Amino acid sequence: MSACRRQRWLPLLALLLGAAGPRSGFETMTPELQAMQRDDAGNPGMLSVLEGEALFAREGCAACHAAAALRGVAARYPAHDPARGGPIDLAGRIAECREQRAGRPPLPRESQPMLALQSFVAHQSRGLPITPDPRLAEARAEGERLFRERRGQLNLSCAQCHETLAGGRLAGANIPEGHPNGYPLYRLEWQALGSLQRRLRGCFTGVRAEALAPGSPAALALEAYLFGRAAGLPIETPAVRP
Amino acid sequence: MSSPTSPRSGTEPGRRALFGGLLTLALAPPAEATPEAMAEAIARFTGGATPELSAAITLDIPSLVENGNTVPVTIAVDSPMTEAAHVRAIALFNQRNPQPQVIEARLGPWSGAARISTRARLADSQRLTAVAALSDGRFLLAEAEVVVTLAACLEG
Amino acid sequence: MARTLIRVPATATRGEVIEIRTLIQHPMETGYRPDAAGRLLVRDIITRFTCHFDNRLVFEAMLHSAIAANPYLIFTLRAEASGVLTFAWEGDHDFRHVETRALTVT
Repeated sequence: MSACRRQRWLPLLALLLGAAGPRSGFETMTPELQAMQRDDAGNPGMLSVLEGEALFAREGCAACHAAAALRGVAARYPAHDPARGGPIDLAGRIAECREQRAGRPPLPRESQPMLALQSFVAHQSRGLPITPDPRLAEARAEGERLFRERRGQLNLSCAQCHETLAGGRLAGANIPEGHPNGYPLYRLEWQALGSLQRRLRGCFTGVRAEALAPGSPAALALEAYLFGRAAGLPIETPAVRP
Repeated sequence: MSSPTSPRSGTEPGRRALFGGLLTLALAPPAEATPEAMAEAIARFTGGATPELSAAITLDIPSLVENGNTVPVTIAVDSPMTEAAHVRAIALFNQRNPQPQVIEARLGPWSGAARISTRARLADSQRLTAVAALSDGRFLLAEAEVVVTLAACLEG
Repeated sequence: MARTLIRVPATATRGEVIEIRTLIQHPMETGYRPDAAGRLLVRDIITRFTCHFDNRLVFEAMLHSAIAANPYLIFTLRAEASGVLTFAWEGDHDFRHVETRALTVT
């Protein structure tokens, strides 16, 4: 049986054996880190949400968008963008809105203000289940291909660790399923808040592969697949992870 | 090199600082410098007095930590916090970081309770020592061992 | 301007021991980390935190490089009278940040 087909029926087998579907990284953290995430006065990611709230007003977003009306938005991103004929992620949509509608100068995706805005917007959907956009089936298929493709000098695919070996350990640390439901999140390893794209870049570098350019069709396809795979998991932004 | 009266084997920081630490620091190579530095730092905090290992002070820290960058820690001392009997200060020390001090906090009867929480950075698996200074001039001590693992995929 | 998250109970009864939580955005660059070229990054940490109630010092902490980024501190205070809590953080490179919160004691 080919490795590809074996990887496909393994999750099905796990499901049949009573596994409850995707597991958020939250569930495998220590109680101390779970408490850190839950405590809005102690979660360092909330500092970015606060900053995002201030920017939301200052950058002119509030002129068109009521913060309350943003509830549910992050749960259905990445979304199909008819203008591009493909997926657009939340970071891309915020950038587009800022530049084209609010007339603000462009900022790098991973800059503090952009991360803060993204955190604020995604935080409005905290607790809501991820609901993948049905129009992104083609992008998700491409993303799944990327997820299962071996890459880099270490010749590993995402699936090998985050599907087949999820729940196991690597160098003493737990291997998570790798879901995107907490992003942007405060990663202890970074001592800072960062995006999904930053984490993916770390993963790609980890297997000694070229990272996908953030916002590129390949990166968006992979993101679409990751969100599809995490369907039903609640948005946790801003999550805390080791 | 443990004191015969000490219930705990291994380094008894107060005694080492008083009788051997300073001399050893002057003569030994830097490999053993950090536990010595911790002993010396504790001695500075206590003014040379020996802290007593006591159940009245608790050092609450996870025994296994996924990432040493941010480790929640709580130090509490059972004390009535009255003018007559209270905790004047609480300090936390470590053995393996480049510097032995983590935090020193000043309290008083106005604090109501002797309890502080913070998040420490731990360079490696190591022993941490909390010391409380009481209003009657005594010092209490508690220790905890922490095992620090790292993220699976380290980034440069 | 550093962002902070401060949790103080809005009201307290006289004699109640309240818990105060503070979190401030700060990198706490230890001074022991090398940059990509191998040079040590300059230390940039918060070294001292104080809490005054009206004008009286009620809590003080000296922080070192071993305190994690975005320093988080929880401490207690016995509520005796209504007043103003002043939180001050100071550190390397003339860092200083002050916040105030009102405490109502019934």
